[in-house]
Amino acid sequence: MQPVIQLENLVKTYHAGEVEIPAVRGVSLEVLPGEFVAVMGASGSGKSTLMNVIGCLDRPTSGRYSLDGVEMSQLEADAQADIRNRKIGFVFQNFNLLARTSTLENIELPLLYSRPSLCRQEQRARALNALAMTGLTDRSAHHPNQLSGGQQQRVAIGRALVNRPELLLADEPTGNLDTRTGIEIMGIFQNLNRMGLTIIMVTHEPHIARFCQRTVVMRDGHIISNDPVQHRLDATSKLEQERLALQLAS
Amino acid sequence: MILPVLYQIALRALRRNALRSLLTMLGIVIGVGAVIATVAVGNGAKARVEAQIAALGQNVILIMSGNANRGGFGMGFGSAPSLTKQDYDALRQEITGITGVSPDVRASAQVAAGSQNINTSVFGVSEDYLQIRTWPLAAGANFTAGDVRSANKVALLGQTTAQTLFGEGDPVGQFIHIGDASFNVVGLLASKGMAMMGMDQDDVVLVPYTSAMIRLTGDTTFRSFSVQASAPDVVDDVKTQIAELLRQRHRIAAGKDDDFHIRTQQEIAETATATSRVMTVLLGAIAGVSLLVGGIGIMNIMLVSVTERTREIGIRLAVGARGRDVLAQFLIEAVMLSVSGGLVGIAFGIAGARMLSANFGWSTLVSANSIVMAFAFSVAIGVFFGFYPARKASRLDPIEALRYE
Repeated sequence: MQPVIQLENLVKTYHAGEVEIPAVRGVSLEVLPGEFVAVMGASGSGKSTLMNVIGCLDRPTSGRYSLDGVEMSQLEADAQADIRNRKIGFVFQNFNLLARTSTLENIELPLLYSRPSLCRQEQRARALNALAMTGLTDRSAHHPNQLSGGQQQRVAIGRALVNRPELLLADEPTGNLDTRTGIEIMGIFQNLNRMGLTIIMVTHEPHIARFCQRTVVMRDGHIISNDPVQHRLDATSKLEQERLALQLAS
Repeated sequence: MILPVLYQIALRALRRNALRSLLTMLGIVIGVGAVIATVAVGNGAKARVEAQIAALGQNVILIMSGNANRGGFGMGFGSAPSLTKQDYDALRQEITGITGVSPDVRASAQVAAGSQNINTSVFGVSEDYLQIRTWPLAAGANFTAGDVRSANKVALLGQTTAQTLFGEGDPVGQFIHIGDASFNVVGLLASKGMAMMGMDQDDVVLVPYTSAMIRLTGDTTFRSFSVQASAPDVVDDVKTQIAELLRQRHRIAAGKDDDFHIRTQQEIAETATATSRVMTVLLGAIAGVSLLVGGIGIMNIMLVSVTERTREIGIRLAVGARGRDVLAQFLIEAVMLSVSGGLVGIAFGIAGARMLSANFGWSTLVSANSIVMAFAFSVAIGVFFGFYPARKASRLDPIEALRYE
């Protein structure tokens, strides 16, 4: 099976004046279609930089990166934008929704930049479809500040999915959420993954990483371990357990 | 990206900061309003001057006698008695391409009819005068060449004079006293309106120049003649003929200055409009500067807006907006500010021009041209001053922008 993501000896070095700061120092990694990978590591380990390169927000200093068999490392800014639009969905720790903009319009946002552009009806139809997936149909006119953190993150997931991407990149998606809501988000990810979506997620919470299939750990710009998850958790049963535990306690 | 969507996004962004948008627009409103009002005042003045020049008649050439020099001071054209009756006769007989000649003998006199008695201008003219000045009669008939030859005591009354002397009654056939002579009113002139400097052109009595010279002024020479050329394209030729004829008759050696002065209506018009044009340009420039300041205001607020919305720009870039999509978004926002400011400014400018005419009696003329220009200018200002902030937004690094707090 052809990997969705293939990284070969990827290096990213930042220049701060005279000083060179190596953030990623030669990473090779393959992610197969339908995988759910957690990237872990302390801050400064290079995991965010790696995610930026994979998300086509940044270009590597050297090395190769192919997404879906297409070389990405030398793309121009406009081509990168188109890849982000069509092939990648982003979910962020702080949700990054447009303020004072309705749920539906937030979800619709990537469709505005589709090339070739979609007609208005098609945009609406796709946005409503993605909205239904997030289960927020009854909140379609709400603004982000009228939604809870979990709901906001679900809007962000809807926005990430609206263009039917190959890859979902999540940067600490549960970092701003309480444990229970975090597990709910993991439940959504596991469902999407079961339907075939490839997901790469940065997290530094070990119990969140246990919902994934594989954990990649980084330190000082290198991958130091790349292992399948032992005793993988299922979000649905985990939530059920917690509900029972709560009932017993009371 | 689809244009209507861009408009919608821009409109929403502007509405979100309604007060700020309004204040920014105000700069353009004032600038455009000032330009429109200024140009309207300038055009009004120009139109008025042109109307007054046109009131002189058609294809008219003025000949003035020379500049008398008394004790080293020039007295102005028309002050030296260099034009004679013989010159006048020669003009009538020898110049080709003319349709009329009239002397302009001017006097101020006491005019009375019955118990009414006023001081007014009495013009001594030839029978061609009404045609030269395209001045129709309201009633009665013009005096004839015979009246002129025999210095008959006949008169034509201007509307104002007639009204003062006879009220609503018909003046034709009545008698008026000019000085101590009694004149028969043979015609009533149509109304001509105000002349330059607010003079009432209808406060006048026209009599044969022969009668005026004999009975009123006692002069034997003329200060000026009006000549009418038969068509606009022969005006210059007629002017040359007159100059040659008069130089020859006055025996002016080659190389010496004329002892008379000839100006065509065109030349008079140019002098008069030049002054008002300078004023218009000057005021327009000042108004233009305020428009420029308005543009800088837009640039300022757009720069603030780009900084404030760095996160939003980051999000848009992350979900696939290209640099030019962001550029278009901010550019349209700037243009929307300047154009709506421009439209309101046009309305204010028109209202301002109306107010100036109503309150100060200035004639103003808002031309369609100036409205189109002002509109185009406000679009241009939006594009020009919006471009730099928009480009700045479009060149943001998506990673940096997403992290911006």
